[in-house]
Amino acid sequence: MKKAIITVVGKDSVGIIAKVCTFLSEANINILDISQTITGGFFNMMMIVDVSGIKDPFDKIAGELTQYGKDRIGVDIKMQLEEIFTMMHRI
Amino acid sequence: MAILNDVVNAVEVSETNNMIEHNNLDVRTITMGIGLLDCAAQDVDTFCDNIYKKITKYARDLVKTGEEISKDYGVPIVNKRISVTPIALAGGSACKSTEDFVKVAHTLDKAAKAVGVNFLGGFSAICQKGMSPADEMLMRAIPRALAETDIVCASVNLGSTKTGINMDAVRLMGEMVKEAAERTKDTDSSACSKLVVFCNAPDDNPFMAGAFHGVSETDCILNVGVSGPGVVRDALRNAQGLDFEELSELIKKTAFKITRVGQLVAKEASRRLGVPFGIIDLSLAPTPAIGDSVADILELMGLEKVGAPGTTAALAMLNDQVKKGGIMASSSVGGLSGAFIPVSEDQGMINAVEAGALNIEKLEAMTCVCSVGLDMIAIPGDTTAATISGIIADEAALGMVNQKTTAVRVIPAYGKKVGDHVDFGGLLGHAPVMAVNTFDCSAFVNRKGRIPAPIHSFKN
Repeated sequence: MKKAIITVVGKDSVGIIAKVCTFLSEANINILDISQTITGGFFNMMMIVDVSGIKDPFDKIAGELTQYGKDRIGVDIKMQLEEIFTMMHRI
Repeated sequence: MAILNDVVNAVEVSETNNMIEHNNLDVRTITMGIGLLDCAAQDVDTFCDNIYKKITKYARDLVKTGEEISKDYGVPIVNKRISVTPIALAGGSACKSTEDFVKVAHTLDKAAKAVGVNFLGGFSAICQKGMSPADEMLMRAIPRALAETDIVCASVNLGSTKTGINMDAVRLMGEMVKEAAERTKDTDSSACSKLVVFCNAPDDNPFMAGAFHGVSETDCILNVGVSGPGVVRDALRNAQGLDFEELSELIKKTAFKITRVGQLVAKEASRRLGVPFGIIDLSLAPTPAIGDSVADILELMGLEKVGAPGTTAALAMLNDQVKKGGIMASSSVGGLSGAFIPVSEDQGMINAVEAGALNIEKLEAMTCVCSVGLDMIAIPGDTTAATISGIIADEAALGMVNQKTTAVRVIPAYGKKVGDHVDFGGLLGHAPVMAVNTFDCSAFVNRKGRIPAPIHSFKN
């Protein structure tokens, strides 16, 4: 399993999760965990996903997801390999 | 959900991304060290041919891999650089004149541009005890080499705790710094920003202008320089009222987190490029970006302006805690590893100089307790070569006696006076021209020979 973290931040609207999940499904990315809150009208989501089934290079898909968030949903999306967080916060 | 037990939570994810997005957390450089000793040849054209082939072969994928890692983890990797074996050693048999060494510099520039790196360091001589004819020719070639190339950096190690200070090299480098300034007078003497002189230079430093691939190193290696003054500054924003122990802990923890990112990038770059990982350099390297400043950190510790009494103590503590936090975060540390205090690259330092709080003498004192030395300081264009040599000798003496690396990178800005400004652009920043003590030291620096090694160098 190769894990990545997706963060989605932006103004709340209908269908954000649906659209993100559609993208992930088409890229063969499996969702392991989702946590999501809305504070002051702002949508905030963190997903843990498994990217071991992707066909294209990770950096290419991560770039496409960011672009998709900007063009199609109007939110900021980042997808990063998980190690940057575990390295920093786990000994 | 056993698979998620070790996974980070939303607070930790947002802390990391906040460091990257708002506090300028980045990996400052991945520097590939390439040994050129096996490129030695009898004539300069063959040598140039050999080094061009080797550099462009070994570093072919460096930039691309750096960019991929940056995208995979969402962390900027600002620079990709190359360091090479000091050219005075590798090119000693091939180069018969300063002209030949200038030719090599052009080849290095061309090779570095061909692979797309930001800088290439190693147009260097190691002459802390004595100068070989090749060392001297290379040093005399430095002003032209830097003026005629764009991304080649030069360095000279002219002192060490073990050998003392080679004052003949000190005197020569004072002259060469002046000449480099004059040759680039149209661009605020910018050649001097690519030239540094060292005492106790490390073999594995990934930072420019002083990076070179030491002869003790293997054929090819990756060294990584982390950064992150902005992150430490942000952590200290709410530090009012903390006692020194709490303050130290806070800096240490932050340094640990910053360094872990460097360790990850280093490990990953090493794996993807198939090149051994060398060291992480734990330096807090500021940039001209607002907030990405070592000076700001010192001021948040309680100083009105950097340069105020207490500055040296604050910097000593900062530097030590950065090392303590960083050393546990990485499997191997080296290079310069400490807080950098360049003037032109740190907006807080610039502000302190302009406010009259910080002068060269105080900066010199600060270099006793932190990484490197008098760095990126613009001085009046009419400063004599002897005065520059005097500044170099003082700084080398600090390094020699304190068994640490010290360096000088000053820019005698051609035609500029105290209060004028010089601008180098990009990461090199801009700087106010600072006053230099103008009392004469030429009779001292004009003495021939070497300052002997200090008594505590005899440890056998």
